[in-house]
Amino acid sequence: MIPDRIAFCASDTNLSRRSFLGTSAAIGGGLMLSLTLPLGRSEAASSDSFAPNAFIRIGSDSQVVLTMPYVEMGQGTYTSIPMLIAEELDVSLKQVWLEHAPPNEKLYANPLLGVQATGNSNAMRGAWKPLREAGATARIMLVAAATKRWGVDAKSCRTEDGEVIHVPTGRRLKYGEVVADAANMPVPGNVTLKSPGDFKLIGTRAKRLDAPEKVNGTALYGIDARPAGVKIATLAQSPVFGGRVKSVDDTAAKAVKGVRQIVRLDDAVAVVADHMGAAKKGLAALKIEWDDGQHAKLATEEIARKLEQATLGSGAVAQNIGDADKAMASATTKVEASYQVPFLAHATMEPMNCTVHFRKDECEIWIGNQAVARVQAMAAKEAGLSPDKVIIRNHLIGGGFGRRLEADGAVRAVQIAKHVDGPVKVVWTREEDIQHDMYRPYWFDRISAGLDKQGKPVAWKNRFAGSSVIARWLPPAFKDGLDPDSTEGAIDLVYDLPNFHVEYVRAEPPGIPTAFWRSVGPSHNVFVTESFIDELAAAAKQDAVAYRRALLGKSPRAKAVLDLAAEKAGWGQPLPKGTGRGVSLQFAFGSWLALVAEVEVSKAGTVRVQRVVCAIDCGTVINPDTVQAQIQSGIIFGATAALYGEITLKDGRVEQTNFDTYQMLRMNETPTIEVHVVESTEPPGGMGETGTSAIVPAIANAVFAAAGRRLRKMPVDASLLKRA
Amino acid sequence: MPRSWDSSHSKRSFHIVRKVIMSFAIKVNDNTHSVDVDGDTPLLWVLRDVLGMTGTKFGCGIAQCGACTVHIDGIATRSCVTSIESLGKSQITTIEAIGNTPAGAKIQKAWLDHEVVQCGYCQSGQIMSASALLASNPHPSNADIDDAMSGNICRCGTYVRIREAINLAAQTNEKRG
Repeated sequence: MIPDRIAFCASDTNLSRRSFLGTSAAIGGGLMLSLTLPLGRSEAASSDSFAPNAFIRIGSDSQVVLTMPYVEMGQGTYTSIPMLIAEELDVSLKQVWLEHAPPNEKLYANPLLGVQATGNSNAMRGAWKPLREAGATARIMLVAAATKRWGVDAKSCRTEDGEVIHVPTGRRLKYGEVVADAANMPVPGNVTLKSPGDFKLIGTRAKRLDAPEKVNGTALYGIDARPAGVKIATLAQSPVFGGRVKSVDDTAAKAVKGVRQIVRLDDAVAVVADHMGAAKKGLAALKIEWDDGQHAKLATEEIARKLEQATLGSGAVAQNIGDADKAMASATTKVEASYQVPFLAHATMEPMNCTVHFRKDECEIWIGNQAVARVQAMAAKEAGLSPDKVIIRNHLIGGGFGRRLEADGAVRAVQIAKHVDGPVKVVWTREEDIQHDMYRPYWFDRISAGLDKQGKPVAWKNRFAGSSVIARWLPPAFKDGLDPDSTEGAIDLVYDLPNFHVEYVRAEPPGIPTAFWRSVGPSHNVFVTESFIDELAAAAKQDAVAYRRALLGKSPRAKAVLDLAAEKAGWGQPLPKGTGRGVSLQFAFGSWLALVAEVEVSKAGTVRVQRVVCAIDCGTVINPDTVQAQIQSGIIFGATAALYGEITLKDGRVEQTNFDTYQMLRMNETPTIEVHVVESTEPPGGMGETGTSAIVPAIANAVFAAAGRRLRKMPVDASLLKRA
Repeated sequence: MPRSWDSSHSKRSFHIVRKVIMSFAIKVNDNTHSVDVDGDTPLLWVLRDVLGMTGTKFGCGIAQCGACTVHIDGIATRSCVTSIESLGKSQITTIEAIGNTPAGAKIQKAWLDHEVVQCGYCQSGQIMSASALLASNPHPSNADIDDAMSGNICRCGTYVRIREAINLAAQTNEKRG
């Protein structure tokens, strides 16, 4: 029997113990450890455990508890982060127990984001050095404690599987036997990390630590929280964003067996009941009249038109190289196109939910969220409490994809809980989840290029318009009309483009909230740039791989993955009629990825993705199995969007409701996926999102190869591809 | 175009005439529970909110995603559209006890050996569908797997590994014929 290794949630005890351990310069980079506070040391000793930093606690029973600064939402962090720490601490993963980090920006901020959040595929990039150092620091202090007891030199000792071993005599001390002494050892200033040749764990296919409880039903997600006496609520929010409740007739709802209470808010109504069955039945029995407000007539087409107009003006210059206008004027051939990508919902398998117990002077929250400090701050504001009076209990996450970087669900649950005596779990129906998501922005791009006589691009101009999620979510990162997310994948391209000009126009759509969505900026930009480079190859009458390859003089790692993917995919070999191959190449999230998709276009115009071959260079691989799993995952997520993904508004309302109208790729539509990883000792790149952005243009380019039709608007529209 | 996945195997083929009953006795994982809810209450919510068995998950509420799959008399069934009054004396098996069946244990082991899970939220339902498949068909073809598993959505895209894991589990069954 494999024990469940994930503690239910971070307890108050941990919080208070942790609060004695300060930190140095966690925000904006730098070392996240603090080992200097004497108060913390004495507290750690009296609590009978060794807690050299905010990530590691070792008890006198040798139990190793690791506090996870990054959340687990499927991407494997609760295995790869322990691998980093265990590698340097020299413990086996079998000795490790995990707990979710409590909100604490000082201790648990992602050094690359400056906030406590898991996103942008950068947990490994942020953790790579600091968390190995955390493990190494603890190990040095444990060794120092053992050598002091033995009266021997540290150089004569080594560590293995949670023990200090004195090599000449073979004496051994378990870490637990020296924890009290270790807490009083001097903190090493600089620690030397293992060289890659000495890695025992990093680079291995270590088994997921969260898998056993995920196959037997004991894993706990936010939606599984059941504090004593909890009631279940579900809700209807104004179907038009910004609308309000005009009137509610709750007579019939109150008569439903198990319904306890109806909570009316300005823009939502909740039914509180003994169980979700009664809450849903009560909700269906409510008669609500809405005041739709100013967006009552809003339609997607209107938003698209406004974005298109925005690309006619000027925007903030995201990148300029050479003189694109001059080069364009003297080009032999000019190619122009416009591209559009739709609003997308996240549709995490675990619908939005949050449990809140609102008490007189504090508030307790059970949730699965990618940014718990944000949840704490926003919930505190809504509750009228100081953040330290808001206790957050984070959980495993049943799908994040950016949706759970937001705190709207927690704020809504607090609003409801204020009216409820005792804890209440607010569970959104799937319909609410899809119709009140915060959506991947709609984007409109106007792009052009000039080719010389040989067909080589001598000028590249791109102006695109859409929402800046960063401007709302992390305002300081939005500067001079630009943010690093909206432009990723549109600038700093792998190609040699001597005259290059890209502008971004921030244009916020009315009446629909936007948010990060797996692969965010690149989900839009890579589709546009990789489709357009394909258009240039076609205009130059050249092979799509050869055309790209000739532009990769400055990008050897990009060239290597392109060559590998093309070779493994059998690029250039004949395919049956109605079938085609498409390629895409990207550098995003710190990783290089080339991808070849094979698609079949039916006579009816439907597209089936049959095979995907990709080559990835993500630097040092922490766990090759996770890399493969994340690529498979990202590809299916992106293919789902390419084939089906579209949220539309009519009369201010989201038209899609559930998985029957917002479709997902299923088992019978899943392509074979081959993943080839380039060996590298460079620092790790991100893996969680890269497949999602790369697959979309590969599919579009493959459709062009198969059916001769260029797809400039996502998702695939079968009516355009229909053959007589 | 929107397309509804065929959820026929999630619909119970019989109905019990509704009477004024204050409570229902249901048999879950060999334990009998008495629950006092309306007869049209979906089994899913009785399991999760009344009995506190949270291994069975809510995904869509309309038999489109399979996250709520349980076995009713061995048949993979969507508990989100199965009313409590339709159950009668049926035996309900959930993810919490599927490991006690030979097919369930094989599937769970294959899931771990093949490292299928990611976020894991849909996996209770995937494992229940796969266990029912393997119990009734020890050597499923790829088409059989498509048929049994395409009603279960996985947003993390673990489909490739689910198929491989089912094949792995089937290999441990005796060769047919």
